[in-house]
Amino acid sequence: MKVLVPVKRVIDYNVKVRVKSDGSGVDLANVKMSMNPFDEIAVEEAVRLKEAGVATEVVAVSAGLATCQETLRTAMAIGADRAILVESDAELQPLAVAKLLKALVDKEAPQLVILGKQAIDDDSNQTGQMLAALLGWPQATFASKVVIAEGKATVTREVDGGLETLELKLPAVVTTDLRLNEPRYATLPNIMKAKKKPLDNVKPADLGVDVAPRLTTLKVVEPAKRQAGIKVADVAQLLDKLKNEAKVI
Amino acid sequence: MSILVIAEHDNASLKAATLNAVTAAARIGAQLGAEVHVLVAGSGCAAVAQAAAQVAGVAKVRVADAAHYADQTAENTAALIVAHAAGYSHILAPATSHGKNTLPRVAALLDVAQISDITAVEAPDTFVRPIYAGNAMATVKSADAVKVITVRTTAFDAAGQGGSAAVESIAAGPDLAVAKLVGRELTKSARPELGAAKIIVSGGRGLGSGENYHSLLEPLADKLGAALGASRAAVDAGFVPNDYQVGQTGKIVAPQLYLAIGISGAIQHLAGMKDSKVIVAINKDPDAPIFQVADYGLVGDLFQLVPELTTAL
Repeated sequence: MKVLVPVKRVIDYNVKVRVKSDGSGVDLANVKMSMNPFDEIAVEEAVRLKEAGVATEVVAVSAGLATCQETLRTAMAIGADRAILVESDAELQPLAVAKLLKALVDKEAPQLVILGKQAIDDDSNQTGQMLAALLGWPQATFASKVVIAEGKATVTREVDGGLETLELKLPAVVTTDLRLNEPRYATLPNIMKAKKKPLDNVKPADLGVDVAPRLTTLKVVEPAKRQAGIKVADVAQLLDKLKNEAKVI
Repeated sequence: MSILVIAEHDNASLKAATLNAVTAAARIGAQLGAEVHVLVAGSGCAAVAQAAAQVAGVAKVRVADAAHYADQTAENTAALIVAHAAGYSHILAPATSHGKNTLPRVAALLDVAQISDITAVEAPDTFVRPIYAGNAMATVKSADAVKVITVRTTAFDAAGQGGSAAVESIAAGPDLAVAKLVGRELTKSARPELGAAKIIVSGGRGLGSGENYHSLLEPLADKLGAALGASRAAVDAGFVPNDYQVGQTGKIVAPQLYLAIGISGAIQHLAGMKDSKVIVAINKDPDAPIFQVADYGLVGDLFQLVPELTTAL
């Protein structure tokens, strides 16, 4: 069984985000970029499926600038076998990415696509669901456990009230939540090995996909700042403030 | 053209999150002179439809009642919504795990973008939404014919009661039978739901263990009639189940009073609670980032202060 793992290059999760003063977006100049953390979990899960003998090949995919190659090399250092970059300078929104991925799925014919539930830059939480819809495949979002057996995926999902378990017919799309696994660190020998693994390059036009954005960002601003309040001396003063000043209890 | 809101429910009752989505829909509707309709997809869900009909501002409730909507799987629900999408300029759902699961599927089938997690309506095609874990707010304009939107529930008041909408049945779509619900472990609790609670008592890694979390925070929550929440650190450490998590990747809450106990205040946690009306932090580290957003901070040993607070209430 082949597994396709889409990964996104995003601002590193430890970087403090700065909004540009002209309101045009977030400052990404000279900022550390990394693989989206949820996608790292997806790569780890796919590699574990291969190590368990369930998957035969893990193909990492990314769409974006040429620098996304670094992200794909990271995926291959974790254990993906090969990679495909859909190279584009255009702003790629979730629907466009889902269409690019569908085109690749049509070519590669994987039985499972596993990807992060959302990217930590635009926080859209859409691509996996959109891909599943375009393919007409079932989906299991926000996965905390994935079991593949007998042509089915049994996936435990983190939902608002607790957990729910779905049984999907393969092929299917799974999106990862934080507690699915803890990704391994890529070791130096594996980083070296990843440099020799195949990385194909295609363009959106090769795949016949129109990636024109549907949403225009008019402005980006900092959120309203919350003023820090006061330190109270003890429980009695805290209760007094809550009752008489804030009037919330 | 009208505006469609997808009801969040469990076949027995309408979930409160729907009411916030109705308010967002009504705000768009007021600018367009458009009606707000609610779609209920479920099985044996007549009571939900009746409840939706009584929500102020709702003109029509459309119900698809069939066995294969009982579990509201994304595949069947999205296909149904798309089949009935004609005549709607906007399709909205609350940005709950159900809305987030289903609506992007609807958007893709309609070949339109989705606008996720909106916090304000600027114009019928222009919305504000948080990006980068709430560290920036983007104003986005949609060029699509149909706007598919999920609504951050804490950013819109709940719609009131007093409506008397017509309820009509609509044809169910086919059962796609590609996904089947095989188990559900919902946390049972007598406490209010996190999303709807007026007061939330939330615990972090500073509590040290699941036993401490329960023995210290439950009596306090009981006294206050509060819901219980947790930081990601506390959930990852196994103190409490995942559905307690407040934060960018967990639940976004905005209660009247949020008590953060033993929570340092990581950015992703703050993103989930910083719109609370009043924030209280109890932490032994006076430099913890949580104090930068807290209205009232109490520096000290939570193992002493929390029981003291519980007793004093």
